[in-house]
Amino acid sequence: MAQPLTTPPKLAAVGLAVRRAGGAIVDVASLELAAGEVLAVIGPNGAGKSTLLLHLALLQRPDAGEILFDGAPVRGRELSLRRRMAVVFQEPLLLDGAVRANVETGLRLRGVPRSERQRRAAHWLSRFGIDALAARSTRTLSGGEAQRVSLARAFALDPEVLLLDEPFAALDRPARETITGDLAAVLAETRTTTVLVTHDHDEAARLGHRVAVLMRGRIVQSGAPAEVFGAPATEEVAAFVGIETMIPARVIGRSGGLVALIAGTQTIDAVDQGGLPFDEALVCLRPEDISLSRAGEAAATSARNSVTGRVRRIVATGADARIEIDCGFTLTARITRRSLDELDLDAGTDVTASFKATAVHLIPRP
Amino acid sequence: MGLIFDSVREAVRILAHNRADVYEIAWRSIEVSATATILSLLLGVGLGATLAFRRFRGRMIALTLVNTGMGLPPVVVGLFIAILLLRSGPLGQLDWIYSKKAMIIAQTVIATPVISGFTAASLSALHPKLRLQIYALGASRAQMLWLVLKEIRLPLLAAIMAGFGAAISEVGASVAVGGNVAGQTRVLTGAILLEQSKGNYDVALALGLILLAMMVAVNALFTWVQVGAAHDRWRADEPDTLHTEPSLPVALPWRSR
Repeated sequence: MAQPLTTPPKLAAVGLAVRRAGGAIVDVASLELAAGEVLAVIGPNGAGKSTLLLHLALLQRPDAGEILFDGAPVRGRELSLRRRMAVVFQEPLLLDGAVRANVETGLRLRGVPRSERQRRAAHWLSRFGIDALAARSTRTLSGGEAQRVSLARAFALDPEVLLLDEPFAALDRPARETITGDLAAVLAETRTTTVLVTHDHDEAARLGHRVAVLMRGRIVQSGAPAEVFGAPATEEVAAFVGIETMIPARVIGRSGGLVALIAGTQTIDAVDQGGLPFDEALVCLRPEDISLSRAGEAAATSARNSVTGRVRRIVATGADARIEIDCGFTLTARITRRSLDELDLDAGTDVTASFKATAVHLIPRP
Repeated sequence: MGLIFDSVREAVRILAHNRADVYEIAWRSIEVSATATILSLLLGVGLGATLAFRRFRGRMIALTLVNTGMGLPPVVVGLFIAILLLRSGPLGQLDWIYSKKAMIIAQTVIATPVISGFTAASLSALHPKLRLQIYALGASRAQMLWLVLKEIRLPLLAAIMAGFGAAISEVGASVAVGGNVAGQTRVLTGAILLEQSKGNYDVALALGLILLAMMVAVNALFTWVQVGAAHDRWRADEPDTLHTEPSLPVALPWRSR
């Protein structure tokens, strides 16, 4: 029998549409997930992320389009295919009873023999560091412990596809950091094909091999985390992924792989991204890519761009400080609290903002 | 007070002398009400689950009817069912009027809204995504229903107790459709009514005490089960590390496939 030349995607959505009274809340022309891939789906609240995940998990039927599993349509095989998947929601949604019984639930539903159930439950409880909780009632668990049980319950099913719907959103930061690290280790080890829905950019960048940005139900950009977070395709995506500085600028010249632009009265050099023929662009800068020095003081930097301005506002947040600078346009920088103290900045201080040409991302404007 | 002591003495005497007619009435009460409760459980859980999980036109009306049905006057139920089952009625050819079957139907109609109301309220109180999670674990529809019913087992036991209580304690419907026929359809409530009407307060009170004792026994049984279930929910090796984040072992010894 002839073998197919290429392996079909593990999970795919084609022309998927979910409509509610107000219109389409999910409208995904094509989404493919290769075996072993971790896809992080990010997007603002109400973008349709969770709805998309429920459909990929075969828990809801779309109004149009199809879900493909191993290249074949799922229609009519939902139950048997659901038994090859696992889902973890934001809430642990554990059943009443002991932790071990919960981890075994999905296996019991599949008719897995008791000894195998116990073996798998013991392994995954241990793997997530909660074997000591096996006999505990789920009602006595902390949020972090409960979510670990939920993960152990999912992995005990040995799923071919794992779907995670903001699994750590309800946890405090330290718990989230630890459990995200643990999950990353398990995913790297098991190479489970995974869809992670999250609004946490760090989580998406840390866990995802690929990031898809969903806005108003549509995937507006998909690519490697560095690409999506560093080179957003649209102004909307740029704003969502945390690019705070977006300056309208005009191209004044191109040479040596660089493009020179003028924004207000300031000239900015950027790497010419593929030499696209555009005259107007948005200059995008991430706040962490901008370094500051007091105006007139020499700063040791190899940055190609230096613009001068006056500090308009300083917002201290935890270990960092966000500085808004008026350069004829607004530039936002993020520096450490220590740097803030060393520079002795205040509103009204004149500063020089430096950034590399490679830190500039350009979004062409029509 | 004398009447009460006399009645208690009479009840003890009746029980001590092992009067077959009393035991027969008591047994018939349990038989009819237990059968009606089981039927109500089957119907009520299905109706309750439908009301809790399905969104359909007329759901609010159905919920209102169920809630109203929780306080349905037994005598009115008896009247309607009697009209249906009378030989001249639409179901007259069944020839069930003045039979235990008719009494079971009447008590089922009384107990079903109680059980469905409790079931719907308990299922509605569950986390809205729990059903999805159970399906995501690989459950079929029947397996999902079984697991959610296990989740509400405590209120469900309360519903069974309330349903059984409503069935065994009603008198109007049983007399209306059963006729209170000696040796055939007479149950404890009907017998109490009859003895009271004859002025035999001591016998009526004795029968009342037997009825109360039966209800206490049945409810004690269910309460014992309920308390056991509640204890199981919380029973655990007492945690000594609550709210701590365990760390992950470094090595992955094997992966089941």
